[in-house]
This record gives sequence, structure tokens and C-alpha cells, in this order.
Amino acid sequence: MGTWRLYAAVATGAFRRYATYRVATAAGVFTNTVFGLILAYTYIALWDERPGLGGYDQSQAVTYVWLGQGLLAAVAVIGGGFEDEMIERIRTGDIAIDLYRPADLQMWWLAADAGRSAFQLVGRGVVPMAFGGLVFQLALPTDAGTWLAFLVAVVLGVLVSFAIRYLVALMAFWFMDGAGVQQLAVLAGLFFSGMTLPLNVFPGVLGELARALPWSALIQAPADVLLGERTGLALLRTYAFQAAWAVGLLAVGRLVQSAATRRVVVQGG
Amino acid sequence: MADLGERHDVHRGFPPTGRSRAVDGLRAYRLIAWMWIRSTMAYRASFAMTVFGNFAGTALDFVTILLMFSRVDELGGYSLGEVAFLYGLSSAAFGLADLAFGSVERLGQRVRDGTLDSLLVRPAPVLAQVAADRFALRRLGRITQGLLVLGYALVVVDISWTPLKVLLMPVMVVSGAAIFASVFVVGAAFQFVAQDASQVQNSFTYGGTTLLQYPPTVFAKDLVRGVTFVLPLAFVNWLPALYVLDRPYPLDLPEWVAFLPPLVAVVCCALSGVAWRAGLRSYRSTGS
Repeated sequence: MGTWRLYAAVATGAFRRYATYRVATAAGVFTNTVFGLILAYTYIALWDERPGLGGYDQSQAVTYVWLGQGLLAAVAVIGGGFEDEMIERIRTGDIAIDLYRPADLQMWWLAADAGRSAFQLVGRGVVPMAFGGLVFQLALPTDAGTWLAFLVAVVLGVLVSFAIRYLVALMAFWFMDGAGVQQLAVLAGLFFSGMTLPLNVFPGVLGELARALPWSALIQAPADVLLGERTGLALLRTYAFQAAWAVGLLAVGRLVQSAATRRVVVQGG
Repeated sequence: MADLGERHDVHRGFPPTGRSRAVDGLRAYRLIAWMWIRSTMAYRASFAMTVFGNFAGTALDFVTILLMFSRVDELGGYSLGEVAFLYGLSSAAFGLADLAFGSVERLGQRVRDGTLDSLLVRPAPVLAQVAADRFALRRLGRITQGLLVLGYALVVVDISWTPLKVLLMPVMVVSGAAIFASVFVVGAAFQFVAQDASQVQNSFTYGGTTLLQYPPTVFAKDLVRGVTFVLPLAFVNWLPALYVLDRPYPLDLPEWVAFLPPLVAVVCCALSGVAWRAGLRSYRSTGS
């Protein structure tokens, strides 16, 4: 039971840590709002031309934009979470100290990322969404059940996002400099999460592929739940899809981690 | 007394010349940028990869536009070729500004960790040092990508060329780059005050170029008014580009506004210079 208290403390600490960057948070909220505004108008033009595109009506499409901006930091689509710090620790060798700690490396970082994510969801999610609601007609659910279902999808999305970024960070054991892999992960994240365009608008095979990849668990899946596109059995299927990717990628992360830590050579005496 | 003056100059590490600060700044910029280029070139394979990464990363937003046009024929009444024309011009102008001044967005970091102080004691204009710091040649990737899309647009779109329109094209890109560069500098000046707010700057730089990639008909009138009269981004590409495309201007503006970009660029640069000096004067080192 003691270890769970430890992880809870790590998560709380991460939450507090991000909460102290008030100016940076406000600046992030401003950026999300500006990009939300630009994207919302382009989506309106797109849905003017093709009403019902991707199964959304216009107000659902605009809601999708603001949802994406609100979730961007929480599910760390473009990174910026624990991975920078972890890569730095691998590069400097400090990771050896982490491996000595009486805590699981993956769980430790997951707890820290969960705390960060929880803060970002509140700190950077609420204001852009409220602004979007003031300027545009949003299609938000009024029942608490849908919001609750949405939150579960967000938590699963954060898990998948963490699992992907943990793998990316572990690559630093082999490449020393994680920048290249990180850059690729950011590009894939932006494109395949549905951040730039809803994945159900992607044409043909590309659309099917994008919806099957793990990144669709980050933005597309929670958005579809909130927009009321996933209820009953479809909701359970969405959860199963997200959970399967989370479990699979976390397991791969453990395998890679044990391969990586066998490479660690502690120097000095 | 002459002796003292000479010693002063020796201390500054500069031969006594009557040259202006602008020339000093350019020279410092060139030296620092060249140093960073040489250090980047020490790892050629890595450099090639980051150029490609920059290219692919910026190409992503054009891929998004292509995906949109896979589902529609027009966006805001504009064809894919016309949107590509706007995109290419905005991207090329922004890419140039980003190459020359993109590094200033790290100013807040330098203010926070106190390393700005080391730039203040060097005998070269601070702005030149900050702008040339970590000069990133990889940003050529964005410019290349923008020019390729522009090339595509020039092939696809049927433009009735006149000598004036041909002349306007390079003028547009250079003036646009100067306008974006002044946005970068004003953003950096703002960071003297805000320190931790580089994301606000990103809204106007990256956000600005994203906005200009789409036709003005897509956006609400007030937003278009804002980027015409307040933050004059409309002069980067919208107004001159719509003249080249023979399209009506937003807000019923008169025809001659298409030729204002150089003037707007000069005014923006002057204003950003004032803002920079005010920011630098307000700087207090972190110290302890």
C-alpha cells in the first residue's frame, strides 16, 4: 500500500509543479484560443461547403476544434511532458540513480505525467472552451453522464499518450540524442490524433489507417464521446480500443525498458 | 586625453570607427550566424535530417489543406490553386523572417536564467546577438517548402500577368518577411516584461502565418479588420496577392493598398525598434 501513497505523492507534486508556472499557463491558454479561433473559421468554411462532412454537423465540427485545443496540453499531443526530463536524465546518466530507487521507473514517470495532465486539463482546457462557447454555437452535452464518459476517454487517452512518449524517451538509451525521434513523434501525434483535422474527414484507406492507429485515442476518441457519437456498445468499443493500445504499448515499454537498462553502465567508484 | 579614448576602444575590443550601430549589428550578426553554421556543418548527416524534419513538419499544414480539398472543391470561394498561392507566399515570407529572427523567441529563457547578461557586456548590439544566437540553417526547410507550394500554385492558377504583378511578387515576399520579423522583435521585447510568455509570441508568428494561409473570406470581418489595421499581417500576402489573382479585397479596400507592403514593412520595423529599445531599457537582471 505504501507504494501507492508514493505514486500519489509524485502525481500531486507534478500537479503543483505545473500549477506554479502561472504566466506560462496563461500564455498557453492565449495560444490555444488564437489557434482555436483560426481553425474554427476554416472548419466553418469547410462545413459550409460540405454540410455533414465526416458525420458532424457544423456546430459539432466547431466544438471539435475547441475540444482539440482544450485537450492538446493534457494529452501532450506535441510532447512537452515528462519525456524531456527523462531523456536529459538518460543523457547525463542520472537515470542510474532512478533505477536504484525502490520504485518502478515506468510507474514513477506515469504518476508524474498523470499529475501534469490533470493540471493541464483544468489550467489549459477550461478557458479556451469557455471562449469558444461565447463566440460560437457549440454542441456540448447537457447530461452529466456524457461528460463522465468523456472524462474516462480522456484518462485512457492520457495513458496511451504516456505509453507512446515513454517509448520515445527510452530511445535515448540508443540514440543519446532523442531529438530526431521526438520530432517524428510530434509530427505523427499532430497528424494522426485528429488535431489538425478530424480523422473521420480523412479520405479512404488513409482514414481507416489513421482511425486504427494509437494516436486516434488521444483527441478523436474523447471528442466522439463528448459529441455523443459513441453511446452504448459503441462507447464500450471505443474504451476497449483505447485500453488495448494503452495496455499493449505499456507492455512494450516494459520490455524495451528492461532491454535498455541492461545497457546502463555505471561509471566511477 | 586621446590616450584614454584609445584605451577605452581597446577595452571594447573594437577598432575605433565611425560606423553606425546598424553596420556593427549586421557585422556581429554575420559573424555569430556563420559560427553557428560551421558548428552545424560539423555533423552533416544530422543537419540533413533536421532540414528534412523542418521541411516535413511545415509540410504538414499543407497536407491538411490537401485533405480538406479532397472533400471539397472550394474553401471560402477559393480553389486549391489559389489557396496554395496564399499559402506559398505566407510560408516563404514567414520562413525568411523565422530564419533571420526566429531565435529571438528564446529571449524569455535567457532573461529567466540570467544568460542575457553575458550578451549585454559584449561590444555588439544585443538584438543582433539574440537574433543570430543558435542561427538555425535547418529553417531553410520551411522556405523551400513554401516556395515549392508557390511554384505549384503558379503552374495551376491562371493568372493574367502584367509587368507590375511580376514585380510585386518578390516585393511581397521581402516586405512580408520584414513585417513578420518585426512581429518577432516586438514579441521578444514583450518577453522582457513577461519572461515566461513565449507562447504569446507564437500566437502572432505561427498563428499569423496559419491565418494567412487561408483566404480572408473564411474569417469574420472583425478578425480581418484586426489583421489589417492593428497588426498589419494582411499586407504580408492577402492584399497584394488578391491583386495578382484579380480577386476583390476584403473590407472594400481601394486598389492601391496592394502596393503598400514596403511602406507598411518600414513602419513596422521602425515601431519594433522602438519597442525593443523600451524593452531592453526596462530589463533588470535576475541576480541574487
